[in-house]
Amino acid sequence: MAIVVERKKLGFFERLYLPQIISGLWITLKNIFRPRVTLEYPDQAPVLPVGYRGAPTLVKDSEGREKCVSCQLCEFVCPSKAITVTPGEIPADSQYAFIEKAPAEFKIDMLRCIYCGLCEEACPERAIVLQNNFSINGASRAELIYNKTKLYAEGGVLPDKIMKWKRVKDNAELEGGSH
Amino acid sequence: MENEKVTVNINGCNYEVGAGLNVLEACRSVGVEVPFFCYHPKLKVAGSCRMCLVTIGTPARDRATGELLKKEDGSPEISWMPKPAIACGTKVSQNMHVVTDSEFIKSCRESVLEFLLLNHPLDCPICDKAGECKLQEYANTFGRGESRYIENKNVKPKKVMVAGKIMMDSQRCIECSRCIRFCREFIGRSTFSFTKRGSKTEISVYPNSDNDSNYLLNVVDGCPVGALTEKAFRFKMRTWFLKVTDSICGESSAGINVRVWSRNGKIYRITPRRNDAVNDMWMTDSGRYIHYRFEAKNRMSVARIDSSPCDLGYAAERCLEILKLGKVAIVANAWQSVEEMFLMKRLADACGAKIYMISHVGADDGKLLSADRTPNMRGAFLTGLLDSYPPKDFKGLGAAIDAGEVGTVLCFREDLKDFGLEQKQLKAANIIYCGALENNISASAKICIPLRTEFEKNGSWVNRQFRIQKFNMAVQAPENTFADIDFLSFLLSELEGSHFDAPSAEDVRAEMAKSIVAMKDAVHIPASGLPLDSSQFASVDFPEEDAMHYSRQKK
Repeated sequence: MAIVVERKKLGFFERLYLPQIISGLWITLKNIFRPRVTLEYPDQAPVLPVGYRGAPTLVKDSEGREKCVSCQLCEFVCPSKAITVTPGEIPADSQYAFIEKAPAEFKIDMLRCIYCGLCEEACPERAIVLQNNFSINGASRAELIYNKTKLYAEGGVLPDKIMKWKRVKDNAELEGGSH
Repeated sequence: MENEKVTVNINGCNYEVGAGLNVLEACRSVGVEVPFFCYHPKLKVAGSCRMCLVTIGTPARDRATGELLKKEDGSPEISWMPKPAIACGTKVSQNMHVVTDSEFIKSCRESVLEFLLLNHPLDCPICDKAGECKLQEYANTFGRGESRYIENKNVKPKKVMVAGKIMMDSQRCIECSRCIRFCREFIGRSTFSFTKRGSKTEISVYPNSDNDSNYLLNVVDGCPVGALTEKAFRFKMRTWFLKVTDSICGESSAGINVRVWSRNGKIYRITPRRNDAVNDMWMTDSGRYIHYRFEAKNRMSVARIDSSPCDLGYAAERCLEILKLGKVAIVANAWQSVEEMFLMKRLADACGAKIYMISHVGADDGKLLSADRTPNMRGAFLTGLLDSYPPKDFKGLGAAIDAGEVGTVLCFREDLKDFGLEQKQLKAANIIYCGALENNISASAKICIPLRTEFEKNGSWVNRQFRIQKFNMAVQAPENTFADIDFLSFLLSELEGSHFDAPSAEDVRAEMAKSIVAMKDAVHIPASGLPLDSSQFASVDFPEEDAMHYSRQKK
């Protein structure tokens, strides 16, 4: 069953169109004198809000120790399967040998990453952090699979307030244990 | 006696459970979970973890007359034990009452876990046991969630290597004593022991003694926490990434039931699977590394004719042409599944070939490593490939080649050169080599057909007890390899003039059930295997000695 919709007749001023044009131009005029919101990217850099989720990176603690212990929880939680961790053992001659485990290789495929931040949330060591870099580009696909070296170069140092492993070591020395 | 039942009231419901069971097993048999660390179904009860505490009551009796007391409503009066008891160390009795879900029991579990976690390091991110750790699971299910402990944790030795294959971390140990009991009861020699006292108690190994045994790695599976971890699997992969496939160990005719753990086509480890009729819950250490055989660089990856690579289908067709020339000998092996052997027998009949097999015999350890180092020699008897135990070498085949009776050898897996054939005999015959790995004869063979390993196909093997057991495909086969069944049925269909369609292992078993009497029930094989009738092979002289769940006389 068809519904008949009554079409209203236009009034005199509506048929003129001029009032509409004038009101539209008034909005344009107002905005000419307002501050600009567009950005001349890439000449101008945007100001990013706190907690911005850019590229995931690996970070070191203030002693320069790599924080990742390759538990692979980020790999497990990653919804786009961008992360591949190859676990490895810390060599016996390292001063951090008591931590036992560190990644032998750590790869993030930036083409697959969706910047959801679940890896950062899952990380028990706060070793993987989404930082401010949003401009990720390369000349080939292979270049955009970041390896461990690249991820640490991007990540830098994140000062650690808790220093969990230092406590473990200090306790072991205090108790005369064999760490 | 075994089938005797008693009535036990668990959490207010009456259940019929087997007499002689302990309360823990009785609860599990009716689906009531009782958490435990130190109890192990195949070891003696130690009762050291106190995790399985339950409240137990028995019908009250009059002290003077010994008669059962009744309540006013006629139901039996229950006298409850004043304190909780361990479920693993208490046997069920008629009309016993058990409570596992009261607030009191919950607080017991919470407190036990709090004690166990006092000195347990919270290093789950680096612990290989994480994901299959009982302490982790129970702390999550029954624990109180947060720690009240602010003192420093005890420090105990970490990273202690045991017999070159186990990493021991005393700090993670919860003193359940399963490893101690396993070594004493199964291996028959003490390897681990507790030292020191109280909260300083730690697990240690006997110093300056040879602790090695071919069964030592079972303590790793038994360890409920990450105190004992396998060196070969250390930091290789987290367990939750691994796909588990039920399989059978191909190391010997014991037919140990195993689980294969793999990820993305790579096998990471092999662990035992419980089968009370075959291997209980144990397996050999050597069987755990059997997949290394196929990870080797000498995997045959492409079909070859006269040493030049070619298409797999073309190689198979050329193979067929040579077989049609006649004077064929087939070399079978006892790593092939029963299904493949059945097709092989038909192939031999179709082209009038004689079948040659050899035995691979090693030392019998009287447990789970049997003298026959092939998993399916009994299958060869059942399918009619053999009627007497095969010799140790191919001298018979060599003589047949010398006499000009054999012009083509269709060889599966076996290395003819290592087992008695001379160079000139190998030259005199057309060798068609089919196998997963390269060997001494594959380089000079006329045609090479790459086949799949036992981890890449489905099938079944018949172990020393004449029990048929199924193994499943754990990892995807590489490209350009033939499943043995497909290859054999292709040859068969061409020789017998039927239409070729790749059958599944189950299809072949259905076919087999029709023609082999002993196999008539073996189409759908249950996970625990199926014992077959072996009476017709009672006279065969098998090399295995008496061992776990196996005796020679029984045949």
